[in-house]
Amino acid sequence: MTAVGPGEIHPADDDREIAARQAVMAVSAAARREELDSVLAALAPLPEASDLRRPETGLVMTRGRAGGDGAPFNLGEATVTRAAVRIAEGGRTVNGFAYHLGRDAARARAAAVIDALWQLPGRRQAVEAALAPVHERLMAGRETAARRTAATRVNFFTMVRGED
Amino acid sequence: MYVAVKGGEAAIDNAHRLLAHARRGDPAVPEISPEQIGGQLKLAADRVMAEGSLYDRDLAALAIKQARGDLVEAIFLVRAYRTTLPRFGYSEPVDTAAMAVERRISATYKDLPGGQVLGPTFDYTHRLIDFLLAAGAAPPEPAEAAAGEGEPMARVTDLLDGEDLIEREVAPDGDTPVGDLTREPLDFPAERDLRLQALARGDEGFLLALGYSTQRGYGRTHPFVGEVRYGEVAVEFVPEELGFAVPLGTIDVTECQMINQFKGSAEVPPQFTRGYGLVFGQSERKAMAMSLVDRALRARDFGEEVTAPAQDEEFVLAHCDNVQATGFVEHLKLPHYVDFQAELDLVRRMRTEYAARRGEASEMKEAAE
Repeated sequence: MTAVGPGEIHPADDDREIAARQAVMAVSAAARREELDSVLAALAPLPEASDLRRPETGLVMTRGRAGGDGAPFNLGEATVTRAAVRIAEGGRTVNGFAYHLGRDAARARAAAVIDALWQLPGRRQAVEAALAPVHERLMAGRETAARRTAATRVNFFTMVRGED
Repeated sequence: MYVAVKGGEAAIDNAHRLLAHARRGDPAVPEISPEQIGGQLKLAADRVMAEGSLYDRDLAALAIKQARGDLVEAIFLVRAYRTTLPRFGYSEPVDTAAMAVERRISATYKDLPGGQVLGPTFDYTHRLIDFLLAAGAAPPEPAEAAAGEGEPMARVTDLLDGEDLIEREVAPDGDTPVGDLTREPLDFPAERDLRLQALARGDEGFLLALGYSTQRGYGRTHPFVGEVRYGEVAVEFVPEELGFAVPLGTIDVTECQMINQFKGSAEVPPQFTRGYGLVFGQSERKAMAMSLVDRALRARDFGEEVTAPAQDEEFVLAHCDNVQATGFVEHLKLPHYVDFQAELDLVRRMRTEYAARRGEASEMKEAAE
């Protein structure tokens, strides 16, 4: 396993850069493995990706807060699979990372490759375009869930009893 | 004490083969898949995740299959599995105010901001057995309604903001250590972080009974359900090598804000107090029971006299873990031959002494007569 210094990965990342990268990571984290495979297929030909860290499953202890907004406490663990890859293209070397709930090593590695490709300025737009259908599916799913929940909204009315 | 004994290997092997056969059931009936368990017996998988203290629905479903539906056994399997994995670290605390809510109800405010949505609930069903399910009838499509822009669902406990009529939680600064009972054995007195962790993974039945006992007068706290909500929350983790929060995905959780009757003192004006429940998956019963017991265990904070089991933190926390409990109860099945022989010898000796004393006594009695 290669130790990677934080400075090496985002030498001059500003907050917007990080937020955009987090958004891509969030889509990958919610995507199915086949979807990530299709994204990579759409971005072919791909440069060779070497494993900085072979995909590995471990645990992250999730936390909540007392009362929702108070002191943190440990809620329980979750399985998490992580992967780290290195890609060199056009004279640039980037490291891609993925941390996903669950135990799917292939999915995490695909996401790490996507994270690396996204960091290459020449590929960023294509990566975002390839992820767009996944994002749309996720949004549509959330919208349907929200509409179904909305149909169970209670509209109270007060029954008037007796007379004043 | 039990001692190792040899023998029985063939019997054990064959018992396990028989177990596998019994697990499969009638071969004429199609085999159940973990996907079916995770999808159609979702609440069983949720319970295994919560009490196994491991969020992984596929794994919980597989454990349920392996355990033949014995949920405590499945929880045990999940707990054993987690010990084989490395720990990457701790997540950022989940933000339940930002939950994608599937259900949210309040018993204290009819018209709270964001409204009340029932979601998929057993409430208001008639609890009549539905024979159509046995016939395999397809359910109707769920109804839909405009979700709108979605008025944010503020925490019910923030609604009386400014008046301080409800006790506020105080978030300490980020560096305050958080107790973790999977790393350090539980010690008493335990602070609220450890109590909440123990309750979140505690046995639903045990906590339900304790919560119920507080309602019946054993450590009464006069509770109201301020709010119960269920839905998806995002989990974020800051890996050392990245230095920013990485979205791991979403988990389903149930949260209960219990509002309890007031406390005040010479310095603090009277205000409602609170109990909190948060569990993996959809389980209102567990989240509500947890919040009742959390409040009862805060007796010390409010200078309340500890008179009932639900207020006794050592009693509650030392007995709420069903893996520990089942381990100690079920270990009684293991060979205790030497122990028992020793006790048998002892009871025989006592019998002999007893008989001897009786004999002496009757001789003395005869002599006296």
